[in-house]
Amino acid sequence: MNRKKLQKLTDSLTKNCKHFSKFEVKCLINLFYNLVGEVTERQGVIIGLDRNAFRNILHMTFGMTDDMIMDRVFRGFDKDNDGCISVTEWVYGLSVFLRGTLEEKMKYCFEVFDLNGDSFISKEEMFHMLKNSLLKQPSEEDPDEGIKDLVEITLKKMDHDHDGKLSFADYEQAVREETLLLEAFGPCLPDPKVTACVHRTETKTPYRSSSPGLPGLASDQMSHIHLQRTPSKRERQPRNRAGPYL
Amino acid sequence: MGVALTRSAQWTAVGHGAKTLEVTPLNEAIVKEIIMFVESFIYKYPQEANYVFVEPLEWKTNLDPSAFGSGYAVSGTIVKSEEVDKNGEPLLYLSVPQIKIRSFGQLSRILYIAKNMKLKEAQACIEDYEFSNGCRAPPWRQIKGEICYVLVKPHDAETLCVTCSKEGVFLNGGKTDDEGQINYERKGEIYKDLVTLLKEKSAIFSENMSKQEIKFSEQPQKDQPNEAPKEEVAITHKASVTSRKSTQEKNRINLGRSQLTKRLEPSLNWRTSVSSKESRNTLRDTQVEKHGGKLEKSRSSVSPGRAQLIRKSVEKIEEIISDSSSESEEDEEQPDHRQEANADLPSEYWQIQKLVKYLKGGNQTATVIALCSMKDFNLAQETCQLAIRDVGGLEVLINLLETDEVKCKIGSLKILKEISHNPQIRRNIVDLGGLPVMVNILDSPHKSLKCLAAETIANVAKFRRARRVVRRHGGITKLVALLDCGKHSGEPAQSSLYETRDVEVARCGALALWSCSKSYANKEAIRKAGGIPLLARLLKTSHENMLIPVVGTLQECASEENYRAAIKAERIIENLVKNLNSENEQLQEHCAMAIYQCAEDEETRDLVRLHGGLKPLASLLNNTDNKERLAAVTGAIWKCSISKENVTKFREYKAIETLVGLLTDQPEEVLVNVVGALGECCQEHENRVIIRRCGGIQPLVNLLVGINQALLVNVTKAVGACAVEPESMMIIDRLDGVRLLWSLLKNPHPDVKASAAWALCPCIQNAKDAGEMVRSFVGGLELVVNLLKSDNKEVLASVCAVITNIAKDQENLAVITDHGVVPLLSKLANTNNDKLRRHLAETISRCCMWGRNRVAFGEHKAVAPLVRYLKSNDTNVHRATAQALYQLSEDADNCVTMHENGAVKLLLDMVGSPDEELQEAAAGCISNIRRLALAIEKARYS
Repeated sequence: MNRKKLQKLTDSLTKNCKHFSKFEVKCLINLFYNLVGEVTERQGVIIGLDRNAFRNILHMTFGMTDDMIMDRVFRGFDKDNDGCISVTEWVYGLSVFLRGTLEEKMKYCFEVFDLNGDSFISKEEMFHMLKNSLLKQPSEEDPDEGIKDLVEITLKKMDHDHDGKLSFADYEQAVREETLLLEAFGPCLPDPKVTACVHRTETKTPYRSSSPGLPGLASDQMSHIHLQRTPSKRERQPRNRAGPYL
Repeated sequence: MGVALTRSAQWTAVGHGAKTLEVTPLNEAIVKEIIMFVESFIYKYPQEANYVFVEPLEWKTNLDPSAFGSGYAVSGTIVKSEEVDKNGEPLLYLSVPQIKIRSFGQLSRILYIAKNMKLKEAQACIEDYEFSNGCRAPPWRQIKGEICYVLVKPHDAETLCVTCSKEGVFLNGGKTDDEGQINYERKGEIYKDLVTLLKEKSAIFSENMSKQEIKFSEQPQKDQPNEAPKEEVAITHKASVTSRKSTQEKNRINLGRSQLTKRLEPSLNWRTSVSSKESRNTLRDTQVEKHGGKLEKSRSSVSPGRAQLIRKSVEKIEEIISDSSSESEEDEEQPDHRQEANADLPSEYWQIQKLVKYLKGGNQTATVIALCSMKDFNLAQETCQLAIRDVGGLEVLINLLETDEVKCKIGSLKILKEISHNPQIRRNIVDLGGLPVMVNILDSPHKSLKCLAAETIANVAKFRRARRVVRRHGGITKLVALLDCGKHSGEPAQSSLYETRDVEVARCGALALWSCSKSYANKEAIRKAGGIPLLARLLKTSHENMLIPVVGTLQECASEENYRAAIKAERIIENLVKNLNSENEQLQEHCAMAIYQCAEDEETRDLVRLHGGLKPLASLLNNTDNKERLAAVTGAIWKCSISKENVTKFREYKAIETLVGLLTDQPEEVLVNVVGALGECCQEHENRVIIRRCGGIQPLVNLLVGINQALLVNVTKAVGACAVEPESMMIIDRLDGVRLLWSLLKNPHPDVKASAAWALCPCIQNAKDAGEMVRSFVGGLELVVNLLKSDNKEVLASVCAVITNIAKDQENLAVITDHGVVPLLSKLANTNNDKLRRHLAETISRCCMWGRNRVAFGEHKAVAPLVRYLKSNDTNVHRATAQALYQLSEDADNCVTMHENGAVKLLLDMVGSPDEELQEAAAGCISNIRRLALAIEKARYS
């Protein structure tokens, strides 16, 4: 891409994206093209990150492990539903993902959790998202009983209009009461400890401090950020704990 | 000699307490022999007499501290020898009635001091002796590792005489016929503990024990019911007297003892280290239970519950040492009350149990859901709090804190923060090791986590043990670091959704420090961590919810001198005064409380005035509904009114009148301060008049019948101050106040006695017909004279002052002379307390005015010590002493004593004093001495 075009792209994205500075946008664009690799620009060919490449980023950089959630996050980024994340979608998506306000994040998360896109999170959807969240007890007659119960607990807590499913209004009210419920059905935002860790590394080295909160703005920094992540001692399932419970 | 003692001395039968020597001619002879040996030791073996014992000899003495003369430092009920070992520890240490002696030289001297009580002391020394390592075996057997000897009578066998040694337990040769001596020879195999031995020797015991052991393995936590076999276990407290005779033997014993004390640790530690010392514990337990008069089976191991109990008691002792008196609620740890298994459980119980199950077996998402749902229960309700604990929820919640899932930690802390309002839950959290984890979270980069952890710590650290855990794990330093909220202001405002503001972090830190600051060691730790300047900075904010914990912490800490100085230096007073004007009652209360603590210092009192703090204090007096605040405010007024300028201000603000109004219908905490403040105000004539005019004397006198010690001290002081005014004195007399004051001389507490005695002085001075009044109190004079036997210096000084006033009346002087005032006063003469010296000298000079008291003082050897008073640095002492000496010098023998003790030279210096009374008295005394000398010369040459 020529410099003039890049400049134009940067300007337009900066204008529409309030959470990143111009410099940050520029870095993100650079990073995007580095991730995509050298593809010659041709008419009709979409340049972008496909599902696998994106999931790889989510896993490596943000410590996500849940396949389904990662798919949903991909869909959340892929606004035009073409199976590929363009540079614009990349920058806008990260803007919410990393720096979004509570409102933006609520909207984003709700979309992630609303699997069929009908503007409600149904019991079935909840069950689907939570089905791996409990350790299966071989002794139990119905192995799904715990999950079903968990769905009921969630509904009791969040379904304010008692219609057996969560509307955005239900969800929003619940999250405003208790922020922990933002990612109620699975982690779809960067892990707070990763962010915190990145924060720390960046405040230490001044030249990177221009892009707080965002890991790896230049491709050569990507690997560095991986090393800086909190070493993930545990896998999500089962979670490691100090005690004898598992 | 030790052998002689154990062999020959006739001991009384084994009882529960210490054994005593029977009163027999033989015993007396033995003890006398010991006394002779010890007494002569210092002359015969001067070098050996200086050897310091490894362990002191300890016993309960009957000696009075007053018996100790030169070479000893006497203060109250404590006597220390001036002779010290190389570590500076005194070789003799007496804290009535316990005495510790660590050399033969001191032993000799104590016998000399004991005079006719020698026999008693020597006997007490021998009887009370028990090895500090808990061994009861004689030392020459201890060297072989033996601990004690036990007689066991099983149902189905002969009486067994068992030796318990550190190798194990074995049968010895049994009791020999004469005097219950033991044949120490080993006669059987060595067993690992008493139980094993007894199982081997007695079939019935073995059978019973095997029944027991099944239960043991089933419920190792619980104490066994008392079904133990009825073996009679008796310990022969045999031969626990060591030889303290010949030097060679002594050295050997010390050597043996020092080794033993290494192997056999002092009993506290010994009982703590359970597992490795099973056999010893068995023995120990047997002993303990025997003492309790119970027949319980000996245990081969100590159950964990018991070990915990022991550990707790050790910890408690430590805490008592390390914690200050500002400990308030919850000092006693109450036993848990768990919900009974078959009681009707509320539905919440089952729901919570289910949630805890999900917490245990869920991933992050499920855990967060379960935590949020749990939070919806009414966590302020005890049922829910205890339900969480009883289903094992606390363990899981604390466990979550150790993961690195930020959201789970937040959720868990949100619950812990709520349920830790329950005192039982606090204890459980501490027992489960929750505090160290929370202390670690204080380092987290997540502010909301820090806040929640600090808030939870604030709740948990409401009792000593918790506060200590916080400190030991470095929590104080971390909490102090939270106060430093200005540091990271450069951070982006919107770093994460789960974040809170820096100010909030500081507030939570202050909240936790407030709880922690109730322990002395924590106050010190806060100071060392640099907490005071940070608190001072936070004090400049205007948020009430920040100011309350900050001022609360300062107020707690201001009980320490260091803090008061720092508070002054950091200009904190100004802000405290400012916040007195706050709308928040709690904040006002803590500010007043902090001022109360700090205003002991004169400069601080001035600062309060200069910053305009007196007016708000005075106006807060008018609101009497909030008693806590009223107590704090009156306290601050009391301390501030120690400065005269402040009293003037209070008078301007009409505070004195208001204070008088508060003398009735107030709780004691308020009354103490109100009366204290009035007592200070009464030092000035103008205020005394005000108090009289607004009817303050009657309620003050009424308070003389109370029982609160602090209140009585203040009331007597105030009444005494009022009595300076003859007009007020009339009212006091009419209200029978003098008799009430006089009755307080019988109060058990020395502070009250002294304060009452001081108050009586102006009463006697200003009462009309004082002599008659004093005589009218039946037994009053005898009571006063007998108070001269007190061992409290302040009581003695005050009583001397009272006697000085009483003795102004000739008839009363005659009565107290009959009650033996002269010998009692003479006995006090050997003091080096200047206050006592002054009043004592005044009394002596006054008492000389009757009969042959002058001569009697000489006979009771009061003159020589008085001469030494002239070397004091206090002019008041000089004046009183010179006057006393002048009176005493009317007697020729006294003149001789004075002359012999170098009084003339000292008095000659006094003649040059600018104090006229002193000049006159000194000159009078010299002239008496000189006249006597001239008379003698004249007699010699004529």
